Amino acid sequence: MTPAAPGPGRGDARGWGLLAPALLWTVAFFAMPLGVMGVYSLWRRVGMTVVTDFGLANYVDFFAKSFFVESLINSLEVTVVVTVVSVLLAYPLAWILAERVPPRWQRLALILAILPFWTSYVVRSYSWLLVLSEGGILSGWLQALGVVDGPVSFANNRGATVIGFVHFFVMLLTLTIYANLVQLPANYRKAAADLGAGPVRAFIHVILPLTLPGIMVGAFLTFVLCIGDYITPQILGGGRELLLPQAIVMQISRRSDFPMASAMAMILMAVVSLVYVGFARWLKLERV
Amino acid sequence: MRFLRAAPAIAYAGLIYGFIFLPVAVLVLFSFQGSRVPIPPFDGPSLEWYRAVFADSRMMAALGNSVVVALLSSAVSVILGFLAAWGLARHDLRYSRLLHGFLMAPLTVSTLIVAMGLLITFNAIGIPKSLLAVGIGHVVINLPLCFAILYSQMGAHQANIERAARDLGAAEWQVLALVTVPMLWPALLAGFFLSVTFSWDEFIIAFMVTRFDATLPVEIWSMLRTGLNPRTNAVGSFVFLVSVAGVILLDLILFGRKRN
Repeated sequence: MTPAAPGPGRGDARGWGLLAPALLWTVAFFAMPLGVMGVYSLWRRVGMTVVTDFGLANYVDFFAKSFFVESLINSLEVTVVVTVVSVLLAYPLAWILAERVPPRWQRLALILAILPFWTSYVVRSYSWLLVLSEGGILSGWLQALGVVDGPVSFANNRGATVIGFVHFFVMLLTLTIYANLVQLPANYRKAAADLGAGPVRAFIHVILPLTLPGIMVGAFLTFVLCIGDYITPQILGGGRELLLPQAIVMQISRRSDFPMASAMAMILMAVVSLVYVGFARWLKLERV
Repeated sequence: MRFLRAAPAIAYAGLIYGFIFLPVAVLVLFSFQGSRVPIPPFDGPSLEWYRAVFADSRMMAALGNSVVVALLSSAVSVILGFLAAWGLARHDLRYSRLLHGFLMAPLTVSTLIVAMGLLITFNAIGIPKSLLAVGIGHVVINLPLCFAILYSQMGAHQANIERAARDLGAAEWQVLALVTVPMLWPALLAGFFLSVTFSWDEFIIAFMVTRFDATLPVEIWSMLRTGLNPRTNAVGSFVFLVSVAGVILLDLILFGRKRN
């Protein structure tokens, strides 16, 4: 926390003046558009025009049509699987980086571990397509090992989407969990050992609970970014099943149905908010 | 003995590093492919596809658009973020916690939703799809980052230095230009380069609020319709290289500060 130090003129007017540009920008291009979407979600598109009668018809439609509800369920399933798998894969790596890599190499090891994090979503998903598609690297390896006879494809299904997501979020979670692990004083482990706990007990009863905030912050970010991503499932998922963001974009690009798309965006925000409430006790963001 | 104990850790780390780097390695390797399909066997190296990318006027226009949007939107983000952080850290304003939270709020909403909100709003008030609209959207998502980075660097220590300058007779603009900005230079650059990287890689806003002025990620997206293609590898590798350069620059800036 930064205490507000006594300023030059202490003039509130000057402070507000400095804040004004950022506030106005955020109001005009973030808060207001959300409000506009909220209003649109209560309107309705009939034919090619938007009818401005307020009502919950879009929301009713969403939950009445299996097509929409399924996209929400697909999204939740994929997101939960991705979050759990990513945490399970990332934790040991973060632990190895923090505990087994000599301190002077940790920075480099960490930077390397998250380097592909800085690829565009589009490029990253395309790269996985190269690995997973028919005749790609994975198919070639399996053929060389004699596991399969001809070229096989692993792309264009839910598994490919999950792999693409897990790849990204393993890097993110490694970062948040590592940051948490290196903050733990070494004395805690010594104290646990002095009190007779073996390495396993010390880990389960001391280290793991203390790194819960790092896990939870990372898991929450994973959930939010994953459930809102359009690109990864669109490129890797093959289109046989849709996730919620794909269904939303379809309402816009194919049908120009802004009211329905807005209602779906509101539902997506509601889901994220509910998850936030669930995670809230671990998400003291100023601690990160 | 020690090696045997370390073996599982090394094996696990190797496996995960392999998983993390596999797609990037494949992307870059097959950007040098000789033939027309970027799948094994590798028959390069050839620079043909890079030549094709840099000779493609659409691609170069997209590159130009991406650079312009990234630099301008990041500059705006840093300036607005700096002013807001300075206002909030140095003035005892009412509702300061609330204001802080409000400025950070765009980070908690999916970029898809930010993009849709802008699309629908611009559409309703008649602002055409354009690069300007993309830039506006990129400031929305980068402003909170710049604000947070700069605010975290404006603690009591920095305030005391500013006060000392004032006591020694510096005018307000001199404090800003000769003390605050030089003192916060690493944080300003960090915010700028982080924003450039995010804007450079950003897809969904650029996809939704442009029609003709595509940025590079949007152009790559439209190339995907033709399936796997070494040209896509080449331009994808290029985009990745630029992002990595930005991150390394960022790291050098932060690392340099740590040593001082």
